[in-house]
Amino acid sequence: MSPPGPPKGEYPSAQQEGVPMTGPLLSVRNLGVEFTGERTVHAVRDLSFDLAAGEALALLGESGSGKSVTLRTLLRLHNPRRTRVSGCIEVAGEDVLALEGRPLQRYRGGVVSMVFQEAGSAFDPVYTVGQQIAEFVRAHEPLGAAAARARALEMLERVQIPQAKRRLDAYPHELSGGMRQRAMIALALACRPQLLLADEPTTALDATVQIQILLLLRELQRETGLAVIFVTHDIGAAVEVADRVAVMYAGRIVEDREVGALMAGPGHPYSAGLLAATVGAEHRGQPLKTIAGAAPDLSRVEPGCAFTPRCAHAGARCGVEQPPLVRKAGQALACWNPLLASVRTTHDQSLPAGMASGPSFTGSGPTAPSEK
Amino acid sequence: MNTAMAAVTLIDPAPAVAAAPGRSYWGLVLRQLRRDPVAMTAAIVLLLLVAAALLAPWISPADPYKASMLKRLLPPGSPGHWLGTDELGRDMLTRLIYGGRMSLVIGVVPVLAAFVIGTGIGLVAGYVGGWVNMAIMRTLDVFYAFPSVLLAVAIAGALGPGMSNSMIALTMVFIPQVVRVAESVTTQVRHLDYVDAARLSGDSALGIIRHHVLGNVIGPVFVYATGLVSVSMILASGLSFLGLGVKPPEPEWGLMLNTLRSAIYSQPLLAALPGAMIFVTSMAFNLLADGIRSAMDIKR
Amino acid sequence: MALPDIGGPAQPLLSVTGLRKHFALPGGLLKRNAAKVRAVDGVSFTVAKGETLGVVGESGCGKSTTARLVARLIEPDAGELVFDGQAVGAQTGLALKDFRRSLQMVFQDAYASLNPRMPVAEAVAYGPQVHGMPAPAARQRAHDLLARVGLAPAVFAHRYPHELSGGQRQRVNIARALAFEPRLLILDESVAALDKSVQAQVLNLLQELKAERGLTYLFISHDLHVVHYLADRVMVMYLGIVVETGPVEALYRTPRHPYTKALLSAVPSLDPARRTRQSPLAGDPPNPVDPPSGCRFRDRCTLAQARCAVEVPALRQSTTGHWAACHFDEGLA
Repeated sequence: MSPPGPPKGEYPSAQQEGVPMTGPLLSVRNLGVEFTGERTVHAVRDLSFDLAAGEALALLGESGSGKSVTLRTLLRLHNPRRTRVSGCIEVAGEDVLALEGRPLQRYRGGVVSMVFQEAGSAFDPVYTVGQQIAEFVRAHEPLGAAAARARALEMLERVQIPQAKRRLDAYPHELSGGMRQRAMIALALACRPQLLLADEPTTALDATVQIQILLLLRELQRETGLAVIFVTHDIGAAVEVADRVAVMYAGRIVEDREVGALMAGPGHPYSAGLLAATVGAEHRGQPLKTIAGAAPDLSRVEPGCAFTPRCAHAGARCGVEQPPLVRKAGQALACWNPLLASVRTTHDQSLPAGMASGPSFTGSGPTAPSEK
Repeated sequence: MNTAMAAVTLIDPAPAVAAAPGRSYWGLVLRQLRRDPVAMTAAIVLLLLVAAALLAPWISPADPYKASMLKRLLPPGSPGHWLGTDELGRDMLTRLIYGGRMSLVIGVVPVLAAFVIGTGIGLVAGYVGGWVNMAIMRTLDVFYAFPSVLLAVAIAGALGPGMSNSMIALTMVFIPQVVRVAESVTTQVRHLDYVDAARLSGDSALGIIRHHVLGNVIGPVFVYATGLVSVSMILASGLSFLGLGVKPPEPEWGLMLNTLRSAIYSQPLLAALPGAMIFVTSMAFNLLADGIRSAMDIKR
Repeated sequence: MALPDIGGPAQPLLSVTGLRKHFALPGGLLKRNAAKVRAVDGVSFTVAKGETLGVVGESGCGKSTTARLVARLIEPDAGELVFDGQAVGAQTGLALKDFRRSLQMVFQDAYASLNPRMPVAEAVAYGPQVHGMPAPAARQRAHDLLARVGLAPAVFAHRYPHELSGGQRQRVNIARALAFEPRLLILDESVAALDKSVQAQVLNLLQELKAERGLTYLFISHDLHVVHYLADRVMVMYLGIVVETGPVEALYRTPRHPYTKALLSAVPSLDPARRTRQSPLAGDPPNPVDPPSGCRFRDRCTLAQARCAVEVPALRQSTTGHWAACHFDEGLA
């Protein structure tokens, strides 16, 4: 069922043939976010990455890695009195950190938009879904009430909500979880942003609904040339949606690779640990490979790599000097002793028990019939 | 067992707040409260008021009952009477200090009684649920439907004048309000997983209430009740104003407000003094209640 | 303190028959024909001693309600519970309080499972004390258990729940459940809310404890990977009934019910070269208020025909121990 929608040309897509890209859509340089208060929490430290128009990036990490904070900083959602942001964020040539007032309002939703984890709390419970989308549209574009409502209907159809006309006048609590999430995507895309930020949008959903939403995101992204940053802790979701994966730990990007390359052979010991901790049938009967220790305390700034106390691969330099994020041939790695694919076999023998050099993914987890 | 040994050494780095064994939850609340300047100021003010009330016979300059028709309605700042005299020539400062005794008692005692009784009823209604809950709550709704002043007046009127009767009346006015809060909190707590876990332990309902529910219900109800103290004082002053409750010549702030009514045009400052005391005490209780609520919320 | 094994190895540890629970929707107090949520509608299963039975399903399938019914936190409308050959709660059977010693539960929300006003050692020692253990002995057992789950008593015993991380809280919950020396442990989405690396640690801990103490697990989860790793047998629930149950490998390799097949193929692919092309099911899992007549899965099923609306499919066995409830089950002879 292909929903009706505006032709591709209406979206500002940089994927048009023959048009040279003037640079990445999003450019983050040395971003640092600190929360002040009783203790200063260094949520994000020295973060740098680029995102091309139409590209899908997954930010993979666990709690405390700083991935959600990064997204919220891209939309300037933090309380300015309790947050110290340093560094530079540029979206479509605009300096995001310098925006104020009307330009900032236009930016939020018009250029960059966001989808949250709990669709139920993202909507106002006392207005219908259609009213909220229409209000959002009218805040950005000079449309009349009827035109805004028509756009809301168009967006609901675009996200493949069944019986969209009826759902237009439904209250958020009248929709099921999956439909609410689709409605939130409709809301986020209503003003044709160039970049969509998704903060764990499928974590709270059932498996059969999750896969629908992931496929929807992929489809929308391909159709409209939308760039997406998808934050998740679920590797499967990242693989389904993203072209590139950036693994975050303690507020920094430790590895930034094309998704296939990362799954085949992660370079950073933390990425390898994450992949190895993914449970699957092949581990049945044996203990799982775990990453020793626990997430670091973000209120303390220790010298060197933050992963050192938990790394089975750590060397002398790791605890002393912070490894820089080295970019080479479209991938980036921040590690003094990376697990390189070319030396993986020799490494296997010298690795102590408890650290995998990477799982073998010849297929998906449980075997499943023909669709894949 | 190697992984088990590895598991044992998976201890987090020590927390920023050093954990000392044996400290109780309320100890933590107290410590957090100490860092709140507003709450601390309110607490100090209250302590001073209580101290003044307790030490009244020793710190008052004069006899609260001694009248003098010659020295009626002297303004504040008069020689020998720092805050002036009331309409019967009695020293205001002394009467205010002594008045604190009655007013504080009449503010705190009904609230305390309502707190104990109301929490008990609320716990039962909230924990048991079902028709027991309905029976209790709907009965109390009848009382709750009356405006508090009206209800207090009605009960006090039926019981007759006097301080103890007005305290009983006020207790009965506050019980439905406390039950409401207690029942609401109990119902919420009742459905939390740790209460289910306690039920899984096989403990009796009373045991579960005592060990798990009570501690978590008392906190919010206590904060609510602390806020009621000021209401109690004002209601009591209203009752005294109407002739129920404390009778002259007892010094009680509400009663003093009534009797100084006639002086409002000649000595407005004088007439406002008892009201100012009620105001300061109410504020102090309310600010302290706010501070306790914030301290209880703190999760480090 | 643990109750002894009565029935022997062949006797299933837990046998549940015809479990049913309907919740009346509000507004139906005085009306007779109020709508009902048919949360659990005739569920029967057994759990053998020493095995891990995985229960999978999506929202509204009734797995959590089933867990609470088995644990007797809610009273069933109908159904029988037999623990090691003894009927639970009956006059001549197992008393409820003894049952509580044999069966314990670890909930999903690690934080809500702990009394915020109680230090964790006290929370763990509470259970044994209810069953008569004197306080010092109970405290010692609490300390030993905390150590066993990886939380050094010297550091953690007096901490409050808000001073622990998610994984640590869940370990406390496990310690608390073990304090009773139970024989059956119900794990209701116990690792769902944890980070993957912490989840791996907790799963390892659960496996060790099971081997050490001869425990039996009823493991409820929506995560098919974890169930595949942990369970010996799997039960799939949909809208309050069991649609398929069987040994884990057989069920994962050759699922026989269309819903199980859909569920398995809905798991996101871990291979970027072979991404999911099409969602196996449309729409959300339905609400168990008014389930469809006949087969409950028929309005989302690709195989549905007229027969499915009329006749309720019964659970039928194909290979040993592998049962499915579908009219078009190819696995049958």
